[in-house]
Amino acid sequence: MTRPRKQIILGAYLGGVNHQTVWSDPAAGSQIEFASFQHAAQTAERGKFDFFFLAEGLALRERLGQIFDQDVIGRPDNITVLTALAAVTSHLGLIATVNATFNEPYELARQLATVDHLSGGRAGWNIVTSSDAFTGGNFRRGGFLKREDRYTRAEEFLAVARRLWDSWSADDVLADTGSGQFLRRPDAGEFAFSGKQFDISGRFTVPRSPQGHPVILQAGVSAEGREFAAGGGPDAIFSPFHTLAEAQPFYRDIQERSARHGRPAGSTKVLPGAAFVLGDSEADAVERHREIALAQISGRGAQILLETVWNRDLSGYDPDGPLPDVDPDPTGPLVIQGRARIHQDALDTVSKWRALAASNGFSLRQLAVHVFGHTEFVGTPTQVADRLDAFVQNDGSDGFIIGSHLTPTGLDEFVDKVVPLLQERGSLRTDYDGTTLRDNLGIPAYTDRSSLTAA
Amino acid sequence: MTQLHVAVALDGAGWHPAAWRSPAARPHDLFTAAYWTDLLAEAQRGLLDFVTIDDSFTIQSADHFAADSRTDQVRGRLDAALIAARIAPGSAHIGIIPAVSTTHTEPFHTSKNIATLDYISTGRAGVQVRVGGLGGEAALFGRRPSPPALSFETLATPEVERFIAERFDEAADYIEVVRRLWDSWEDGAEIRDRATDRFVDRDKLHRIDFEGRWFSVRGPSITPRPPQGQPVVTVLAHSTVPYRLAARQADVVFVTPHDPAGAAAILAEVRQEAAGAALQVYADLVVFLGADAASASARKEHLDELDGAELFSDARILAGTAEALADHIEELHQLGYDGVRLRPGVLPYDLTAVTDQLVPLLRRRGLFRDRYPATTLRGQLGLDRPTSRYQSISVGTDA
Repeated sequence: MTRPRKQIILGAYLGGVNHQTVWSDPAAGSQIEFASFQHAAQTAERGKFDFFFLAEGLALRERLGQIFDQDVIGRPDNITVLTALAAVTSHLGLIATVNATFNEPYELARQLATVDHLSGGRAGWNIVTSSDAFTGGNFRRGGFLKREDRYTRAEEFLAVARRLWDSWSADDVLADTGSGQFLRRPDAGEFAFSGKQFDISGRFTVPRSPQGHPVILQAGVSAEGREFAAGGGPDAIFSPFHTLAEAQPFYRDIQERSARHGRPAGSTKVLPGAAFVLGDSEADAVERHREIALAQISGRGAQILLETVWNRDLSGYDPDGPLPDVDPDPTGPLVIQGRARIHQDALDTVSKWRALAASNGFSLRQLAVHVFGHTEFVGTPTQVADRLDAFVQNDGSDGFIIGSHLTPTGLDEFVDKVVPLLQERGSLRTDYDGTTLRDNLGIPAYTDRSSLTAA
Repeated sequence: MTQLHVAVALDGAGWHPAAWRSPAARPHDLFTAAYWTDLLAEAQRGLLDFVTIDDSFTIQSADHFAADSRTDQVRGRLDAALIAARIAPGSAHIGIIPAVSTTHTEPFHTSKNIATLDYISTGRAGVQVRVGGLGGEAALFGRRPSPPALSFETLATPEVERFIAERFDEAADYIEVVRRLWDSWEDGAEIRDRATDRFVDRDKLHRIDFEGRWFSVRGPSITPRPPQGQPVVTVLAHSTVPYRLAARQADVVFVTPHDPAGAAAILAEVRQEAAGAALQVYADLVVFLGADAASASARKEHLDELDGAELFSDARILAGTAEALADHIEELHQLGYDGVRLRPGVLPYDLTAVTDQLVPLLRRRGLFRDRYPATTLRGQLGLDRPTSRYQSISVGTDA
């Protein structure tokens, strides 16, 4: 018996405020104006994508105490933009990244349930936490959260949100003018929660939304993160792995952990981010990729990217010369503030990079382009469609969150050229067959699994 | 005489607690996008200046100080700022002003959310600042100590008065932070200069470094300066303490006079607090309209009967003809009021009556315009677009 072809989940990502987004391209448009978001979201919906996804940043990055002026910076509030996008789309899921550190569950659960109502059941939340004191400077509480408490906060935050979403039953609003009864019961919305992070009670104001619970996404590949995704309830986890050799074991691990928590097979979706560069021929695509990578990473940009690991001022090193001869300074005051640390072990990372540069003869900038300018899918539309499909059918993931170096039109050629090929193969829907984000993803309504995870 | 402004306040099924039981209401649609989209379209059809959308973290209650257990009134509401975002793309010209709480919501979030609404609506956003902290609100967040027990009897005790005065002082700081963050990116900060490899001119970005009694916020905002520069800030005020807040920080204040003498006295007090600042003063009125005075009163009385009590409101209640309402508005305008904010007793019925009947009458009397004069809300209200407060700081310095 052959396994049925998996349907590829596609998310569209817009609005990178980082080096990947090329602002110097004459075709680059606003990363702020609503028209940009509308264009990208409607393009994704034209391509029958499952959802549209926005990241979050709560402080402008700084380098040596000065605001970063080199990359795209500045963004609107993502929940507000996604809610407005509900007005100009009809099926596309709308997923916001929102920080559980600098928000409170009562307010955020209310916002997410509101988006779900106002979009007819298309809301999703990518839950992140931050222990960043620098970002905390913009908020009343400051940087209060210890690094080791991040998952406690995230898990408890999500548990509180779920309790709030469950505080109204689907049939609590009668609005029966005949009997004069608006509510079915006098205590609709009543809740109480007491934990390490939150001790709150009262009545929630938002009646149960179309999806009941918005779809939950989560990033983080540590054992703690995987266990949270598999047991605590996220419906999807980001994957950082782009080769089948790395991706398959991760995929398997998530499925096994989910099964141990009593979740049905396939109920935790695995989604890596992915960028693409298309060309008329493979050589053309490779050349385009080279040009884009150089536009993404200027000489000065290369110095700054390496500074995120070296944690030293590298502005005195020639971008076209060899790697800096000094060792990184992982314990010194941060050169770059407000950016998640991607490489945890700086000494180890730098020694690997030195080896990489030596064996390839890379300059400082060439190394930065190699490490940070990577695009996962480069080729003709047919090649890209083949690789995306093979990756999913071979259980590297359940789909991808597709981003582009160009705002807001970068997705257009993917939808025009790659999507029809995936549809021809039977790996992507040709039309939506439901109305909610859960329908798009093929995941069931959330049900409380606490009885299963308690053991 | 100055231009008369007419706004409408939206809340649930209308401002009568039994409004949802009226045959003209849409009680099954209160939590849908279509309901709010239609209300905004109706207000825009009448060329009204703006709508406000009410909000509160605590659930509606017939008891002013605690939740109740009634099941015969509307309970439940959506987040107003997100309703505003959802209905903005399908509209033009009309201003959209959601209510936001100053006691719990982070000022950094409010500033970027309203700036974002301003981008989505291309310059038609405002905010109605609401001072919270009473009743069960603190327990919903668990971040602040419970306020002193409140009732009509304790309202005048020194402890409660101090608590309220402090919340309003905090609200003034809050608006200050929100406004500074809106200015923290000067206009034109985004330069996209390929020659120097700079996306922004960092000299045009400013920390706000606010340090107050209740909180501190560093800045700058993550959102560039919104299209209006400063979206319109409004406050509902019933007494001296909130008048002072409005005078210090708002562009528009909604007040609740109950008779001509009171209207004159309130206006005088607000103008004195404002000390010449360009604060616009609008009178709030709850309205039930009908073809004649008797049928309008009957509409209201029928709802009172269904609710089991006569409607109580902080604002004056007018049940009558559009003609009588126009007379009243003209009177207020002659006293020096810049406008009125009408609270429809039943939605959409009384809103439609405003656009169908009241607006043509006001127009015939030369009190109301026949088109939108501007594309932004500030333009609509005759307010200039201010330059950023930080603009002069960066000129001639290399900080």
